[in-house]
Amino acid sequence: MSQNSAGPEILRLIELISRLPGLGPRSARRVALFLLKRRDTLLKPLADALAEAGEKIERCKVCGNFDTVQPCAVCQAGGREDALVCVVEDVPDLWALERGGAFRGRYHVLGGVLSAIDGITPDDLNIPSLVTRVEAGGIREVILALNATVDGQTTAHYVAELLEGKGVSVTRLAHGVPVGGELDHLDDGTLAAALRSRRDI
Amino acid sequence: MNWSDDGIILGARRFGEGGLILDVLTRMRGRRSGLVYGGSSRKRRAQYEAGNSVSLSWTGRLEEALGRFDVAEASRERAARVLDDPAALAAISAITAILRGGLDEGDAAGSALFEATELLLDQIEAQEIWPALYVRWELGLLSALGFGLDLDACALSGANDGLTHVSPKTGRAVRGSEAEEYVDRLLRLPLFLVESTAHVAPSDIADGLKLTGYFLEARLFGGLNRGIPPERLRLVGRMLKRP
Repeated sequence: MSQNSAGPEILRLIELISRLPGLGPRSARRVALFLLKRRDTLLKPLADALAEAGEKIERCKVCGNFDTVQPCAVCQAGGREDALVCVVEDVPDLWALERGGAFRGRYHVLGGVLSAIDGITPDDLNIPSLVTRVEAGGIREVILALNATVDGQTTAHYVAELLEGKGVSVTRLAHGVPVGGELDHLDDGTLAAALRSRRDI
Repeated sequence: MNWSDDGIILGARRFGEGGLILDVLTRMRGRRSGLVYGGSSRKRRAQYEAGNSVSLSWTGRLEEALGRFDVAEASRERAARVLDDPAALAAISAITAILRGGLDEGDAAGSALFEATELLLDQIEAQEIWPALYVRWELGLLSALGFGLDLDACALSGANDGLTHVSPKTGRAVRGSEAEEYVDRLLRLPLFLVESTAHVAPSDIADGLKLTGYFLEARLFGGLNRGIPPERLRLVGRMLKRP
């Protein structure tokens, strides 16, 4: 877009929108125009919501989740099993587990995984607070729900080692055939992992 | 320009929404990078785990351009096989991190590094074999990159038996008995690095890791003004803790 065809405010709006995942400059122009045409019904409510989010939402000091309250709603919720802590890589993973509704314990968000290529070391992760939580007592089992990747499982083993001898059982999610998965279409590694994890029926 | 080759995946980082920039050690062309369109899709992501082997084709306008990889199915999916084995997983992370940190684009072209790395990775599930192989691989890596140690004869006497130490200054083997007053300043040379049939004890692995680690840090990574990758430090920490 030429500098003359739009004012600096619109250009700034487009530039900021284009930084969002999945949006390039062309899509950002479409989104900006879409918002501008719906000033009262969408643009202003969105701006208010963003401002409020920027002001009020922060990381939970206990688990690392995002929320407006400290500790977060999940940490405060009654009816959850305090003795079970599920460790996840990031907030979307926590949301995914909550969507499923299969887990009724507490969470701990690491904020990433160890990664050589991205230069993420243990110091960059929310690991010390997990160790502190475990040392404080009252936790029976730590479930490492990290991705089945080299980085994810390297992190899982690293965390498991740190928790060794601290009186908690450390488990991880199963690896294998997904629901609806056809053996013929699975990669060799997943099939091998599924075979290793077989159990009686 | 285009070429096809076999490659060992050293790492992959996301590029845009669906793409990946893949880092590989190829058989003929050394370390190379390229963009894989759609590489971060759920269906394809598993084959791009570090340590897997793939057949790939590279296309680019110039040899020095980033270019694009078209990757056929992974020929060996090693990463998924060792997800439950922390030591093997740590070894894969260390091997790929050392290659990424120690090689620049195009380095190690035409060397035997690809074959040596394939051999090591193929044994990564065999816990009793790979630690000694790993130490030999690091020694081979130093040699392939021009920092090889001279373990054929004693630097002091010229004798080619009874070699027990290596000089950290010269990288040459020494008979401990010939350098008694300096022996505490020398690095221990485990027998299995000199005699391929020698029995390998855990202390030999520790000595071997200390030896290769010293020269990796001083010669390879020191020369590049980089630190030794933390993945290697974690692997060594884990191996030294083994019973």
